[in-house]
This record gives sequence, structure tokens and C-alpha cells, in this order.
Amino acid sequence: MAVVALGAVLLGLVDAGPAFGDAFTPESGGSPNADDIDTLYKITLYIAIVIFLLVEGVLIWSLFTYRARRGGAPPAQIHGNTPLEIGWTLGAAVILVVLTIVTFLYLGDIENPPPSGPNGLPSAEQFALVDQAEPPKTGGPTLDIGVNGQQFLWRYDYPGDPPLYSYYEMVVPTNTTVTLDVTASDVVHAWWVPKLGGKVDGVPGHVNQTWFKIKRPGVYRGQCAELCGYNHADMHAEVRAVSPERFLAWAERQRAGIQQAQEALARQRRERQRSEAVN
Amino acid sequence: MEARTAAPPVVGAPEVVLHGVPVRPRGWLGWLTTTDHKKIGILYLFATFLFFILGGVEALIMRLQLAQPDNTLLTPETYNGLVTMHGTTMIFLFVVPVLAGFGNYLVPLMIGARDMAFPRLNALSFWLLMGGGMAFYTSLFFDPPAAGWTSYPTLSDDAYLPSGGVDAWILLIHLTGLSSILGAINFVATIHNMRAPGMSWGRMPLFIWTILVYSYLLVAALPAIAAAVTMLLTDRHFGTAFFDPTGGGDPLLWQHLFWFFGHPEVYIMVLPAFGMISEILPVFARKPIFGYKAIAASTVAIAFLGQFVWAHHMFTTPTPKVILIFFMLGSFTIAIPTGIKIFNWLATLWRGSIVFKTPLYFAAALPGLFVIGGISGVILAIYPVDWQLHDTYFVVAHFHYILFGASVFGIFAGLYYWFPKMTGRMMSEALGKLSFWLMLIGISMTFLIQHSMGLSGMPRRVYRYPADAGLTEYNVVSTVGSFILGIGVMVTFVNVLYSLRHGKRAGNDPWKANTLEWFPPSPPPENNFDVIPRVRSVEPMKDIRREVGRRYPARETVADPVPPAI
Repeated sequence: MAVVALGAVLLGLVDAGPAFGDAFTPESGGSPNADDIDTLYKITLYIAIVIFLLVEGVLIWSLFTYRARRGGAPPAQIHGNTPLEIGWTLGAAVILVVLTIVTFLYLGDIENPPPSGPNGLPSAEQFALVDQAEPPKTGGPTLDIGVNGQQFLWRYDYPGDPPLYSYYEMVVPTNTTVTLDVTASDVVHAWWVPKLGGKVDGVPGHVNQTWFKIKRPGVYRGQCAELCGYNHADMHAEVRAVSPERFLAWAERQRAGIQQAQEALARQRRERQRSEAVN
Repeated sequence: MEARTAAPPVVGAPEVVLHGVPVRPRGWLGWLTTTDHKKIGILYLFATFLFFILGGVEALIMRLQLAQPDNTLLTPETYNGLVTMHGTTMIFLFVVPVLAGFGNYLVPLMIGARDMAFPRLNALSFWLLMGGGMAFYTSLFFDPPAAGWTSYPTLSDDAYLPSGGVDAWILLIHLTGLSSILGAINFVATIHNMRAPGMSWGRMPLFIWTILVYSYLLVAALPAIAAAVTMLLTDRHFGTAFFDPTGGGDPLLWQHLFWFFGHPEVYIMVLPAFGMISEILPVFARKPIFGYKAIAASTVAIAFLGQFVWAHHMFTTPTPKVILIFFMLGSFTIAIPTGIKIFNWLATLWRGSIVFKTPLYFAAALPGLFVIGGISGVILAIYPVDWQLHDTYFVVAHFHYILFGASVFGIFAGLYYWFPKMTGRMMSEALGKLSFWLMLIGISMTFLIQHSMGLSGMPRRVYRYPADAGLTEYNVVSTVGSFILGIGVMVTFVNVLYSLRHGKRAGNDPWKANTLEWFPPSPPPENNFDVIPRVRSVEPMKDIRREVGRRYPARETVADPVPPAI
């Protein structure tokens, strides 16, 4: 009975909402794929809790009930029961078939990027799609960002010209499907922002893909999830979602800043070459 | 030597003189040069439990570091070293070889043989293990390896970790791997050829089944990692680029080779523990094991399926969808034979007459703890869910429920169960039960809450976490739990040292057990059996006791719930 009560408490906590949500289920709420993973996890967890209670219940009940008693009759010497054994083998198989079906129901929504929303990024040529495997055909334009893990920070390359890139903080427009091409330039890293869906490894020499689509503006934090060296623990990442207008404004500022910095760098190089030539 | 071989004749007594028999050295030299499977088994147990203490201390230092956010107790260099040492020690120097130790001691005794098939090879296996352990631990004096027990390139390449630590790790993999392969071949040869008359495959003890499957798995899996670490070694020192993308190699090749070994390794570490409790539960339930054939068959099935699921460790790598689905469904299927085992153990206890001795405590806890790791394993096998949980503390919790909850609890059940046979003395029940409860509370506090850490976004192998991450409470609980767990383990070691001198005399068969190792005296003489009994069922000792009971009706019955010897 205590076991059943414990189970009820567990089920209650899972459903208790955001206060306890992260203690029992994965983080979600930023992007639909994270929400779908969360739902899939919860369905699995409910099945798991039933099996857990069954096994622990039978175990504890047997230990209490069938204690040896002085003067008690010796137990029946049972060697097995074929129908029972076939039964629980089939039972386990049926549970797994159910689990497989449920998983396949959610698989498509988790893996395939949806089209951008109506309030997403307005048609803008400098963000034309590059190189994404399964581009959604309908909806507004999507944004494809190259993510590059480096000991111990992330670099984000946006499409278009003049060059646009940033480190640590990735700025993205809301209501827009953002697809990521994740790689790494030194050791294996893993891109992971829990509220925006699962992690993908950045492997040198490979390009790995994922996506997210953020509804509400906000900051979503994550960090590298594959041991990548001594400062692995400090390799954080941040995704800042802003309205498409503010995103375009940011992109313009960032582009201008990069151009200025590059010009300044070129100037310094020229001056240095000149002074070296003079000497 | 002369003096011993030619003892002075006693007048009147029959004279037995042996000529040309070398005298075995005694004392420590006897231990160093022994080829007796029982002594080698005890050497294995002694050495591996020392490594268990080392690995445990490493874990506790890490838990101390994580007890506070932004803790500065350890540098990241030290922490990554500890992560690597702890994982490598527990897997290569504790769980795998401690099972070889139990196997060494018990296989000949349980199958009615006088030694292993190749006694000298057996000694070599042990000393290779020690060589590997020492090579690895000497790296403490320069730079310990810091790439994790998985040593993924390119982090483990010389460009990123140039110091010799990774090379010490490679040497350890080679030496312990060779040790395990030779030991496995020895087990296979022994079990196939040297069983007592009448012990057909269907009458072989379940622990022997699991040691046989363990051995085949080692032979199948270890060459892959031997090849992989050799390639890593040449990458590091001889300019090859097997795993270096700048030279045309591929880091994913390592991951495939590593996990092709690494996943069967999980079953290598857990199946013999299953075998142990399959021996122990029926003895203390005073009832035969339920579904002997199903348990033996499920062991083989787990081993077979376990060869085809390795890439579920790689769900987040760039991998085609069809392969992800194959490995997801493959991993699902393993839940069926493991489920069969759990149900059979429960059915063995069901309507038994359960005698509550320490081995039963540990053995009965195993299904209860293993089911947690098994369930979280199925959750992790769903690859989109794994994308959230992979490389977080959820995974750490999962595999510690398998490796501590199942393997170590099984090993401790085995230690309490077979200690009387090995030493001739019983262990203290009071200390044993104290140790059990501390360990059960400890493992639950340490690892249950780590599921929540992972779900809240804490990756594994991080040396610190920020104070505002909401992870502090979880980590404090886990750290306190880990120290309770550590104390629980130490109580058992105290118990061993105490009982070696002060334990009650055990006699041949203190538990009224089922298998042949309880036939000879405790500890058994060097030749094990003066006469090897004929085996007529899967429970030969029960047959022998029944026979004794028929001849001397006053003695206790077969299913006597309270063995008088204890």
C-alpha cells in the first residue's frame, strides 16, 4: 500500500507543473520539438512507473509475506510454470510494441523542422536558405545558422553577405524556423539548449543538424554536453530570441560592427607592414 | 627440501614416501607463484577490492567538489583526471576482474573439477591485470589521463592531451584486455571440458552459465578496443590519422569501435552478478530457481542482442535516421530477456520460505535496484528522448543503477555468500546487515536524485556549476548519500577483516546450498575433491543431503528453513 501511495505522489509531482516539472521531466517550453520530447518522455514515464510499482510491490510483498517461520511447512518445490513464463514474455513484448508505436507517432514532429510562422522573419534576401536537408516548403523564410564548437566557446555563422557572425550569444528572430548546421573545429562538442530541444554533437569533419522555432522572445541558456577539455564546464551558450524587426536591426548593427573591426584590423596591418618596411 | 620430502619413518605405521615431488613454497612466495585457482581467485578478489577502494575514494572527492556551486576545491585538470581514473578503475580494474576472481575461485568447484584447464595461463591473467593497474596508477605521478574513460578523439589525440596519461590508459587497456581474453579462454575451455560426470548443459549452475557467456562476450568484444587503442597510440606517436579529420581520419570511427566493445562490456559486468543471485535466491527461499531454462536462455539472448546495440551510445552523433531507428528498436528488445530474469527472480521468492541472512538482503535488493536502471535504459533507448538526456546526470544515474545497483550488489551478495567457503568462517550478520542498509540508503540518495539533476540540465563530467542553475540542493543530497554509501562499503571491509579471525566456523555447507562447491570442506583442499560426486540434477547438494537424510533419518530435512550450523 505504501508503494501505491508513493506512486500516487510521484504521478502527482510529474503533473504538478513548472515548480517540479524539471525534476521529473526534461526541460521544455522554448520550441515545439522540446515540447514533443517532453510529452514522449512523460508517456514513457507513466508506463515506467506502473512497471516499477509492480516489480517493487511484488518484491517487497514477497519478502514480507514469505518469511521463514520456525516449524512452518517446507515450501512447495516449484520449478517453473511455462504458461506464466510465456505470458510475461509476451507482456513485455506488447509493452515495447506500444512504446515503439508511440515513439513513431512523435518522431516526425520532433525531427522535421516546421514552416516558419506568419509573424516570422520577413522575406529578406540576405537570409536565403543554404544547404538544409529538408527545407519546409510552405511558410515564411527560414534561417540557417552554422554552429561551430571551439575550445571553449561557440561561434555562429549567419548566411548572407557582408559576413555576419557572433560568439557565445546567438540572436534569432521569433516565429521563425531556425535550422542549425553544427560542427566543431578542434575536438568533439555537443550543442545543447535544453528548452530548445535535444542536443547534437559537433564532430570535426561532420555537419550535424537540428532546429528550433521560438514563439516568445527571451533568453535560453545551454552548455556544451560532451567532455571537450579542461574548461568543458564553462562552455556555455545563450540563444536570445527577439522580434524579427529587432533581429534585422541587430543584424545590421552586428554587420556594421564586424565591417568596422575588419577595416580597423586591415588598417593596423597596413600600418604595421609600412613601419616594418621603413625599418 | 630434502628434509620435507623424506620424513623419518615412524615405526609401526605404514610408510608413504613421495619422491621427486617439488615442495610448494609457503608464505608470500607461495601466493606470488601459485597456480591454484582458489589462491588466484583470492588474489583477484584482494587486488580488485583494493582498486574498488581507490575508485571509490576518487568518486567521493568528485562528490565533495560538486557539493557546492562554483567550488574551488579541485582544479578542472584534477577533476577531469579523477573522472577518467574513477571510470577506468571501476570498469577495468574492479567490476570485470572481480567477476573473474569469483569465477576463478568458483568455476572448478561448482562444476566438480580440480583446477582450471590452464593453471599457469590463469596466473598470467592475474599478473597482467596487476601490471595494467600499476602502469595506469603510476600516471598519478606525472599527468593522469583526462579524456574520460571513453577517451574520445580528437580530445585524446596528442594535439590536445600531449602528456603521457592517455598513453598509460592505453597500456592499461592492452594489459587488462589481454588478461581478460586469456582468462576468458581459460573459462571456456574449463567449462566445456571439465564438468563432473552427469553435469549436462541443463544441469550446469546458472552462475556457470553466466561466466561462460561473460567469457564469450570478452573474446568477442575486446579485440575491437585493442585495435582501437592501438590506432590511437599510432595517431598519438607515429603520425597516423585514423581519428584525425585534418589527416583524413574520422573521430566517429573511434566511437563505433569503442562502443562495439563498450556496450557488450556492460553485459560482461552485469551478467555474472545476475548469475550469483540466481544461485543465492533459491538457497535462501528454500525453493528451486523458477524457470531455470528461461534464465539460462535469457542470459544467452542478452549477450547476443547486446552485440547489436552499441550505437545507442551515439544517438547525438551525425548518423542517418534509419540507423538510429535500428539501434533504438534493438535496444528495446533487450528489455524482454532482462524482464524475464526479473520476473523469474520474483517468482523464486514467491511462496518460498525466505531465510533472512545478509547474502539474501543484497541478492533481493538487486532486482529492485536493477529495475530502475532497466527502465531508465528503455527511456534512454528512445533516441529523440535521448537527445535531451544523453551525457547528462540522468545517464550517470542510469548506469550506476546497473553497475552499482546490479553488479556491485550482486558482488556483495556473492562475497557474503561464498566468504565462508573461501575462509572457513562466517561473516558477522550484524555488520553485514548494517552495511546493507547503509548501502541501500546511500545508493538511493546518491543516484536517484541524479535523474533529476540530468533532467534539470546538468551535463556529466562538469567540474562545477553556477549557483543560479538550481542544482545545488540535488548535489548536496547526492554528496551526503555518496558518503553514506562509502561508509556502508567500509563496514563490509571491516566485517571481512574481523570475520577472518573471529568469524564462527562455517563447516562444509553452512547455507544448505544447492551446488557442488559446498561438498568439500571450507576452505577446500588444494585438489578440491577427493571423490567427484555424480551430478543427477541442477541441485546436486540437495540430492546428496536427501541421500544422507535417507540413511540417517534423524537429521534435518532438505528444506529445513533454519540451517542449524549458523
